[in-house]
Amino acid sequence: MNDTIIIAGAGQAGTQAAISLRDLGYGGRILLVGDETDLPYQRPPLSKTYLKSGASLLPLRAEKIFADKQIELLRGVSVVSIDRAAREVRLSSGQTENYAHLILALGGSNRKFPGDSEGILMLRTRSDADRIRERIAEQRRVVIIGAGFVGLEVASSLRGLGHHVTVVDIAPRVLARSVSAPTSEFVHALHEANGVVLRCDARSVSYEPLADGKAEVRLAGEVIPADIVFAGIGIEPNVAVAAASGLETRNGIVVDEFLSTADPAVFAIGDCAAFQSAYAKSVVRIESVQNAVDQAKFVAALIMGNRQAAYRAVPWFWSDQHNVKLQIAGLIGGHDEAILRGSVADKKFSVYCFREGQCVAIESINAPADHMDARKLLAGSVPLTKQAFLAPDFSLKGFLAGNQPV
Amino acid sequence: MPAVVFVHPDGRREEVDVPLGSSIMHAAVSAGVDGIVGECGGSAMCATCHVYVDEGRRAELPEIGPVEEEMLGSTTSERRVTSRLSCQIVMTEDLEGLILELPETQI
Repeated sequence: MNDTIIIAGAGQAGTQAAISLRDLGYGGRILLVGDETDLPYQRPPLSKTYLKSGASLLPLRAEKIFADKQIELLRGVSVVSIDRAAREVRLSSGQTENYAHLILALGGSNRKFPGDSEGILMLRTRSDADRIRERIAEQRRVVIIGAGFVGLEVASSLRGLGHHVTVVDIAPRVLARSVSAPTSEFVHALHEANGVVLRCDARSVSYEPLADGKAEVRLAGEVIPADIVFAGIGIEPNVAVAAASGLETRNGIVVDEFLSTADPAVFAIGDCAAFQSAYAKSVVRIESVQNAVDQAKFVAALIMGNRQAAYRAVPWFWSDQHNVKLQIAGLIGGHDEAILRGSVADKKFSVYCFREGQCVAIESINAPADHMDARKLLAGSVPLTKQAFLAPDFSLKGFLAGNQPV
Repeated sequence: MPAVVFVHPDGRREEVDVPLGSSIMHAAVSAGVDGIVGECGGSAMCATCHVYVDEGRRAELPEIGPVEEEMLGSTTSERRVTSRLSCQIVMTEDLEGLILELPETQI
């Protein structure tokens, strides 16, 4: 019987799945297939230290570890088709491989700005980051389309290097879909205080490449000249190969609460997986290191028969902008109230997000202890109600202490 | 390349080469040292790279910054005076042979 586990995608999720399977004692063959030629590496620094200080790439594991753990790592190779009836994948190298289990950790691809966007830089991979680095050797006027996490982190890094940076977005505020209003306002002010020009609520945004290699970004009523244009407008999950094999896809590869597709031999994890989170009212797809790592560990344990309960790791996320640390625990989707505790002036506070009177997420600015407590709170079985939160002597630590099993 | 020595809770010793300028957490994760998790990638945000450093060499290490200080209050295993987050220790020639004791658990 075939004992091969094929992992399609060698990013954070795929690599973790391979490592965890071995660490849990899986004795069969593990094939880790990734389309990049680098050793699997950490993506978060790409928009931060890698851009800013020219730091070297941080591999997730040394090359020797893959060999020691007998993980067959195929670099520069992708899965081009899946024959689920035969449990066989075809690789871009031409070879075919059979599997007992297939883990799809395919990640996503940068969403392209509509129209002639050839000259617009984006960021997902090391080579994307290198392309940006090549262009910022001298002082530049940079226009960033998209005030999401990637856009704002790139803005922070490039501003820190002395470039003139403008960020534009059609949304009314920065991080509009990702954080609560108080945190968004703080981040907005933080960028302005650091000299980033923000143009939110733009009624239209278009890109015009010019003959001399420069470009213009045109808003309704304003033309912004640019040496470099960068777009961070989200990713599209890489679902094509899954969809072609007949698996259900809907903004991601659809999986159940055990991260399994309708085919019990096929799982999907990380950026490409659409799942019903225990922390959301609808199906979500989460792009974060935490989600990649925890889902990988979950599926590895499931395959090894060590897991009964559904996936319910607490989602958490971090960002670093202008030397301010933003950490989020939980999912803010559908929150109807956000209450700030702490000091905006001191740049140290947390925002508690409530949905129907229950705390569903906490955003912490330079308050890592709050963040750790928030993760404990959300992982626990006692919810924080708004009523308990508004009690005069409330503290998160106190609340957690009061709810410890005795 | 200089090396440091991790001591596991069961007494097992593991020597790990750490490139100059790299964080000890990163070298440990890259080398697959069990007991160093480094969930947040080295931003002093998760307290899963907690170590106890050699008492006698504490003064040679970079000072504990305010964020690390706060995170050390959130470690899963007990905090001691020798507690550090290994992501905040950048390797130098002088740290050759540093002994780092691993806590019982990080999560």
